[in-house]
Amino acid sequence: MKRVGSIFQTLLLTELLVGLSVTARNFFRPKITLHYPEEKTPQSPRFRGLHALRRYPNGQERCIACKLCEAVCPALAITIESDVGPDNTRRTTRYDIDLFKCIYCGFCEEACPVDAIVETRILEYHMENRGENIMTKDKLLAIGERFEAMIAADKAADSQYR
Amino acid sequence: MQWFVTFMEWLAGLWAIVPPFLQVTFLVIAVMMTIIIAVAMLTLAERKVIGYMQLRLGPNRVTFFGLRAFRGIAQPFADVFKLLLKEIIVPASSSRFLFLLAPLIVLVPALAAWAVIPFSPEFVLADVDAGLLYILALTSLGVYGVILAGWASNSKYAFLGAMRSAAQMVAYEIAMGFALVGVLMVAGSLNLGEIIRGQQGGFGSWNWFWLFPLFIVYFISGLAETNRAPFDVAEGESEIVAGFHVEYSGAAFAALFALPEYANMILISALTSVFFFGGWLSPFQGYLPDDLWIAQSSFFWLFVKICAFLFVFLWVRATFPRYRYDQIMRLGWKVLIPVTLVWIGVEAMLAWLHIGPWAA
Repeated sequence: MKRVGSIFQTLLLTELLVGLSVTARNFFRPKITLHYPEEKTPQSPRFRGLHALRRYPNGQERCIACKLCEAVCPALAITIESDVGPDNTRRTTRYDIDLFKCIYCGFCEEACPVDAIVETRILEYHMENRGENIMTKDKLLAIGERFEAMIAADKAADSQYR
Repeated sequence: MQWFVTFMEWLAGLWAIVPPFLQVTFLVIAVMMTIIIAVAMLTLAERKVIGYMQLRLGPNRVTFFGLRAFRGIAQPFADVFKLLLKEIIVPASSSRFLFLLAPLIVLVPALAAWAVIPFSPEFVLADVDAGLLYILALTSLGVYGVILAGWASNSKYAFLGAMRSAAQMVAYEIAMGFALVGVLMVAGSLNLGEIIRGQQGGFGSWNWFWLFPLFIVYFISGLAETNRAPFDVAEGESEIVAGFHVEYSGAAFAALFALPEYANMILISALTSVFFFGGWLSPFQGYLPDDLWIAQSSFFWLFVKICAFLFVFLWVRATFPRYRYDQIMRLGWKVLIPVTLVWIGVEAMLAWLHIGPWAA
């Protein structure tokens, strides 16, 4: 009896129809794809994107060349050289981040005692020439100046959890 | 509207003074262009339908002139122009003449078969009495192109693909032919127009009801004939890279292997609707008043049926995994052919007892 049943199942293609019904159901299910450039996924204030160096509101650089970020960086992406600055304080003369080495772990941000190096929400950037992957101090400071409002807001939003 | 009527009359007058052979040429080119455009749209539909079934969106970026509606509509044209601009590489160890001839042998039958398809009650390119034989002959020719392509490439993958394709085509050609014998027993004519006219009278009186097993066998054989999933072992990209067309590139690949494959899909869909679903006949014929537009036979109904079968082609491809090679052979020889033979016997009984389409 069982064999007769299985022959009927084969001849009536029941299992094929079950398979087809699965794909037919999925055909009408709503698609969850985001239309990327027009739509974007929500970002956390802790998002770790492109780096930036910040300044105090009076224009003074926050970075004090303590080199904690350089020490903590697991990918050895940060290179710092320091000297005494014109106002008799210790300042960096060179602050390079190699974006090809960086793994965006955020340890530099965690290690920094003065909130100087931060990772912003910026994730859409590119390089067109060799060497542009090295973010020099000037470039980092420029990003920090441009996005200071966003960085400050993100830091404030996250501060209650720290 | 007066100017429009005048324009149409002027066109009709112009058409009348054109020599007959130019008229035919014009019609042939018109049909060919329609098929090529349909093939382009079908490739897009395939990617869209399969994408939707896999919870993706499919191509939705390329448009004409940045139009917001119908996004992705220009994707097939972008693909074709990219391929046309690419270099055609002829392998050094290939048989050059056969290598370039093979795509043509695949392409020509795929387009030539359309000559006898009745598009509407009035329009068919060649109203041949042996139309069905012509179709069978031409659809079998395509396999020579596939074998030649595999042989001339002088590559083991292409050769394996060609051998697989040849064996598969031989097996399924027989099942397909036997399924059509059943259609012939009902219609009593080889002319495709006559086969359609024999099915007059609405959805219930089409051939599919009395020939249901043959319809299933014909459609499955059609999938195998066009080397579509789940019978695409001739391409078998996971085992033998791309099978018979692995050495082809650029325009030779685009216009000469992708195009015939999709043209053949449309052809098989058209033939299925002609043989089993009444071609251009309306499904509401006899159920709704005859003067309603929707109850009249027209190209519209053939178009709807072709689209439906094409959707099933894509649906099947999105659903089933590829058959193992020995399973393909088992299905062709041990399942489909016996089923058709049994049903031809059943039909003989029906005809003898004057049941169904033979009820006088």
